[in-house]
Amino acid sequence: MHSETLLSGRGLHLSFGTIPALAGVDIDLWPGEMLAIVGESGSGKTTLLNVLSGRLHPDSGAVWYRDPAGQLHDVHAMPAPELRKLHRSDWGFVHQDPRQNLRMTVTAGGNVGERLMAQGARNYGDIRAQALDWLAQVEIDADRIDDLPRTFSGGMLQRLQIARTLVTHPRLVFMDEPTGGLDVSVQARLLDLIRSLVARLQIAVVLVTHDIAVARLLAHRIAVMQRGLVVETGLTDQVLDDPQHPYTQLLVSSVLNA
Amino acid sequence: MQGYNFAYLDEQTKRMIRRALLKAVAIPGHQVPFGSREMPLPYGWGTGGIQITASVLGPHDVLKVIDQGADDTTNAVSIRRFFARTAGVRTTTHTAEATLIQTRHRIPETPLRDDQIIVYQVPQPEPLSRLEPSRVETRRMHALADYGLMHVKLYEDIARFGQVSISYDYPVMVNQRYLMAPSPIPAFDNPKLNRMPALQLFGAGREKRIYAVPPYTDVRSLDFDDHPFRASRAQHTCGLCGATDSYLDEVVIDNRGGRLFVCSDTDHCTARRTAGHVGAENHDAL
Repeated sequence: MHSETLLSGRGLHLSFGTIPALAGVDIDLWPGEMLAIVGESGSGKTTLLNVLSGRLHPDSGAVWYRDPAGQLHDVHAMPAPELRKLHRSDWGFVHQDPRQNLRMTVTAGGNVGERLMAQGARNYGDIRAQALDWLAQVEIDADRIDDLPRTFSGGMLQRLQIARTLVTHPRLVFMDEPTGGLDVSVQARLLDLIRSLVARLQIAVVLVTHDIAVARLLAHRIAVMQRGLVVETGLTDQVLDDPQHPYTQLLVSSVLNA
Repeated sequence: MQGYNFAYLDEQTKRMIRRALLKAVAIPGHQVPFGSREMPLPYGWGTGGIQITASVLGPHDVLKVIDQGADDTTNAVSIRRFFARTAGVRTTTHTAEATLIQTRHRIPETPLRDDQIIVYQVPQPEPLSRLEPSRVETRRMHALADYGLMHVKLYEDIARFGQVSISYDYPVMVNQRYLMAPSPIPAFDNPKLNRMPALQLFGAGREKRIYAVPPYTDVRSLDFDDHPFRASRAQHTCGLCGATDSYLDEVVIDNRGGRLFVCSDTDHCTARRTAGHVGAENHDAL
């Protein structure tokens, strides 16, 4: 395990009107690690993800990101061009609804190639070869490369979104309920795919999920949120097998076969 | 001309437009907003170009106006007459004689010089408009030089058709920084934009934007390393002057499917015919 964190949030507060979505959250993520943030609806999971990724500004607190050179950056003090550059190279974001991320009027190959072209790739043959390679990695047939995403099934769309996000080999990926809205067999296949890709590419992942089973299968560490606070954090098996906080105990006991 | 201001626009408006022009020249390819005025012609007929022309026109200028390369079409004739009446300037159809050229959809075949200004009429100044509907977002993309999306469009064309299918208004990169719509000139004319000695000004009246390319500025048509940009033209010779290197219009000449390819640049074609060049179809009937 590396000694230096990749991403850390300190004293994060954010209120929507009188509702405190984040009430002082400290969180750390190490390189290559998969951290699951679990909790019930409205506990602030997605808000935390958006704040960590720089998409939402906290009322107070800071998010620190360490770049490959070891330099620390305050994500919310970073100039907009740099933040956008991070988002299209070192970082990735996987939405619950792939339609939010994909361009539905652009072919599968174009979707996968966009981040490469945004980074300055200017060789059509190379871009196409990489797109084909990534489609294969997410188990989409090569002959679908020139098809529009609207002809894809839900599971395929989600896999296409993952290919589009990982094509630039990001170091850090934010995932918001990546298996939400998919049926159980498709979910299982997708989880398997995410787990193998992330392990092979050594990507650090912040995964938001309400599904304890997903967290148990994928995450190294888990952070349990309730009413804008992280109430318990630790190794996944430790937290799920021996929950300390009453809310975690309730959460674990309420899931069948968790 | 008593009772009228020189070149139609009032001095305050011209001052405002000149300030926008200075800013546009200072940031090549960047779209500068301006307070576009009502002009005595409809949007889409060159309200942007005519306002720029009015703002930079001086009493000693010689004006040429072309529409799709031709000096004798409605739009060209009426704008030329408009300035002849409101500014009393000398007009010409000869590219080499003109100091100021207002154009719609063409760049003259005769290379322009550093003492000339060319004004383009622009219907849609935003090159990303068909790809990204939000103007807030396209402005942000320009600010951050985030132009991957434009290459996605080129990628899609090659994936579907085997080549880039944009034949006019082909997007260009100005001074290695701003993505720019060169107005609907044919892609054939794109190479002429690059390091042109003349000052190039672009006016979009309805969209209220002005942009510019200063003399000798790098203008590169977007492409891929393995699918380089090609300036295409109809594979014919001009029926009137026999030119093999000019941009051609295809004209239907009878009801039996007869067609004629002629230079779209009428001044170029006339000059060649005066010099004795003859095309295959140059009958007296034409």
